[in-house]
Amino acid sequence: MTVTSVFDQLERLLPRVSKPIQYVGGELGAIVKDWDACAVRWALMYPDAYEVGLPNQGVQILYEILNERPDVLAERTYAVWPDLEALMREHGVPQFTVDAHRPVGAFDLFGVSFATELGYTNLLNALDLAGIPLDAAERGEEHPVVVAGGHAAFNPEPIADFIDAAVLGDGEEAVLEITGIVRAWKAEGRPGGREELLLRLARTESIYVPRFYDVDYLPDGRIHRVVPNRAGVPFRVRKRTTMDLDEWPYPRRPLVPLAETVHERYAVEIFRGCTRGCRFCQAGMITRPVRERSITTVGQMVHDGLEFSGFSEVGLLSLSSADHSEIGDICSGLADAYQGTNVSLSLPSTRVDAFNVSLAEELSRNGRRTGLTFAPEGGSERIRRVINKMVSEEDLIRTVVTAYTRGWRQVKLYFMCGLPTETDDDVVQIARLAHEVIKAGRAATGSRDIRCTVSIGGFVPKPHTPFQWATMATPETIDRRLRLLKEAINSDRSLGRAIGYRYHDGQPSLIEGLLSRGDRRVGAVIRRVWQDGGRFDGWSEHFSYARWVSAAAEALPAHGVDLDWFTTREREEAEVLPWDHLDSGLDKEWLWQDWQDSLREYEQDDCRWTPCFDCGVCPTMDTQIQIGPTGRKLLPLTPVGQV
Amino acid sequence: MSAREQGGRARKPQPDKNQAPIVQRIRIRYAKRGPLRFTSHRDFARAFERAVRRSGVPIAYSQGFTPHPKISYASAAPTGVASEAEYLEIALQAPMDPAEVRAALDAALSPGLDVLEAVEAHGESLADRIDASAWRVELPDVDRDRLVAAVAEFLAADEVAVERVMKDGRRRLDVRAPVVRVEVANPTPRPGAAGAAQCAILDLVVRQVTPSVRPDDVLAGLRVVADLEPPVPPRAIRLAQGRLTAHGEIVDPLVAGDRPVIGGPSE
Repeated sequence: MTVTSVFDQLERLLPRVSKPIQYVGGELGAIVKDWDACAVRWALMYPDAYEVGLPNQGVQILYEILNERPDVLAERTYAVWPDLEALMREHGVPQFTVDAHRPVGAFDLFGVSFATELGYTNLLNALDLAGIPLDAAERGEEHPVVVAGGHAAFNPEPIADFIDAAVLGDGEEAVLEITGIVRAWKAEGRPGGREELLLRLARTESIYVPRFYDVDYLPDGRIHRVVPNRAGVPFRVRKRTTMDLDEWPYPRRPLVPLAETVHERYAVEIFRGCTRGCRFCQAGMITRPVRERSITTVGQMVHDGLEFSGFSEVGLLSLSSADHSEIGDICSGLADAYQGTNVSLSLPSTRVDAFNVSLAEELSRNGRRTGLTFAPEGGSERIRRVINKMVSEEDLIRTVVTAYTRGWRQVKLYFMCGLPTETDDDVVQIARLAHEVIKAGRAATGSRDIRCTVSIGGFVPKPHTPFQWATMATPETIDRRLRLLKEAINSDRSLGRAIGYRYHDGQPSLIEGLLSRGDRRVGAVIRRVWQDGGRFDGWSEHFSYARWVSAAAEALPAHGVDLDWFTTREREEAEVLPWDHLDSGLDKEWLWQDWQDSLREYEQDDCRWTPCFDCGVCPTMDTQIQIGPTGRKLLPLTPVGQV
Repeated sequence: MSAREQGGRARKPQPDKNQAPIVQRIRIRYAKRGPLRFTSHRDFARAFERAVRRSGVPIAYSQGFTPHPKISYASAAPTGVASEAEYLEIALQAPMDPAEVRAALDAALSPGLDVLEAVEAHGESLADRIDASAWRVELPDVDRDRLVAAVAEFLAADEVAVERVMKDGRRRLDVRAPVVRVEVANPTPRPGAAGAAQCAILDLVVRQVTPSVRPDDVLAGLRVVADLEPPVPPRAIRLAQGRLTAHGEIVDPLVAGDRPVIGGPSE
């Protein structure tokens, strides 16, 4: 059965919507393959607007890996804005891919990558627009298998009713394994129907199929147990880890959009994983162990990626980029190679120390300087010990002053509000810190032309972190502390004028908290919010707190729980957490110990440079830390345009 | 002089001052076709800069902290309108055969954004060589006789005022005065069109004025004078741009002489 493009129908609607270019595809790097020549077909979605979704590395990597297989086809789809959604519903146009404008409902697999839980309502909307039943249980053989991935898939329980499967961890090898299973099942004539296919996926022990697990609850609302309801389905599903990043140098052909997107750069992951052990950081916990990409692969990827894409900016990505064992050589090697080419290099996610200022300086030799950003996360030394962000006030001030004296005028500082054990004073201390930074900066440079921006967001406790048991601060508490901070910053008018203040209020964080640590009962809340018009919950202009609160009030009390129960309630050690059957490799006892250490304000070292502290990942997952130095240098590469 | 060579450099970083000088200017005609007609001008400009970098064409850069490639654009067709005649000029820091520039840029751009011609620049600027456009508008499911009658009413009017929402709010503009020619094309049986779908075609020559009057403004004018409301969004394409002669012809802006390309009354 061949599938036809819906572009003719769509084209008539496009003159009536904003930014129509986001729906037409045609990007450099986009691939359109013959439908009938492919045995397995994936639709990949990043459940947000095109401008946010297109640059997503995860989707780009999987798109390329799948399309490299001769008999596999992968196309992309993104959330459509409400203006187009209304027209699509009016004219019966289904959710489509941007590559060949094929209806999403016609694919074998529908893979959705969740970087944040706030994309859940967009998943429901896309399923509905695609004509795929929202409830996985109602889907037939003709419907795609809906697979969730990304960091939020480490607790997919709130969307368990809507997905068929979830993949925990790295996707490179997982998508190929899933493809193989689907290919074989189709070739055999689809024995046993959809049920059998899902069973084969579940038996890999690394693909979670929620329907094969029953959840029982205790009378007080807590989970009693989660157990498989089929033979051959594992009690715990393991995360996937791609061990050798040099074997997977993707994206090779980065997608270059015509539309404007949030990141316009070629991004290279220089390593995956992080062992710094910041206790709030889910990404750092679930991506262990650290696996470095070698300096030579990084250099080659940058060279090839720029040549292919024509981008003028390169981002060296990771969770803490300066921690790469050969970061100095990478930065100076790339700066040498691209000197005088108008290519700019950036190193996001850096820790607070003077070394980073030197790296940033090296990368901006051309004179092109973006702002410098540091993330102390907590305002007082006490709270920084609680969250294990080991930065002393002295180090922070010295680092920022170094940046000012080396010519940066503007430094951004990131913080969180609502951290466990936090008091008003911990937050107000941020103002004092910012004042000290400006004072020291003025003294060191003799100039009043320096600024810093304090940017602060609400803390959300995440699964698989030591804070998974923690209480969340209420939005009222967060908003009060943010107000106190603002007053404290402006208490000195001279210093206050040099400090920018950006914050997010507490309400969206609370909902993110509900979705992060929710269980299957939260699915009904998501469904109600979507039915009530909820879309694009990550966008403040679309997010409605009242809609979530009222949906929670309607859907949860029947189970004896409520919004507070999921968010501000502190959990005890013995409680079965909704994600306990999903194995991130972290030992729950170690997490609990680290949580207790946090409450005692004990710090935990980084296992790259100190002995193993037994978080559990390496032995459970049969992995190990992979770091250099390799001792190699970047070969002299010929930059684009310098032929 | 790189930052590193400056050694104990002052606090304030200085921009790189040694961008290579301009040795050649090339003028280019390009097309926006098919789905990529939805590319906005900003989108095109970004895509074109990247294409220049990919192509290896030795573009010249401006001085300053953020050097920009030297590209200047003639007036751009509206988003959603296809074009066979968009123009821009680039400055090069090393000489290159215009035919090679054309081929390299075309290969580096997505199909649908097609570089059609490139010539070395000389004489008056592109802006001085362009003051009118020829457009063709396809109106699916519009009755040809109805359209002919509407056009007659439009031409008979001294002024046709339409409202347009602009950055500074609603504005009234006269769409009649800038229209040099407007006529309904003769129905031509299109091979492969199966004859079923009726599609009236409007040919327009419009002077480039400020604020610009675009095909959708002329259609709005037809709505005002004759209540013509296309049931399906019309599809417009710009066929030519150039200087308007006294005879209503449009002169190819890339050619040195006065060669008319389209729009002659004898067509």
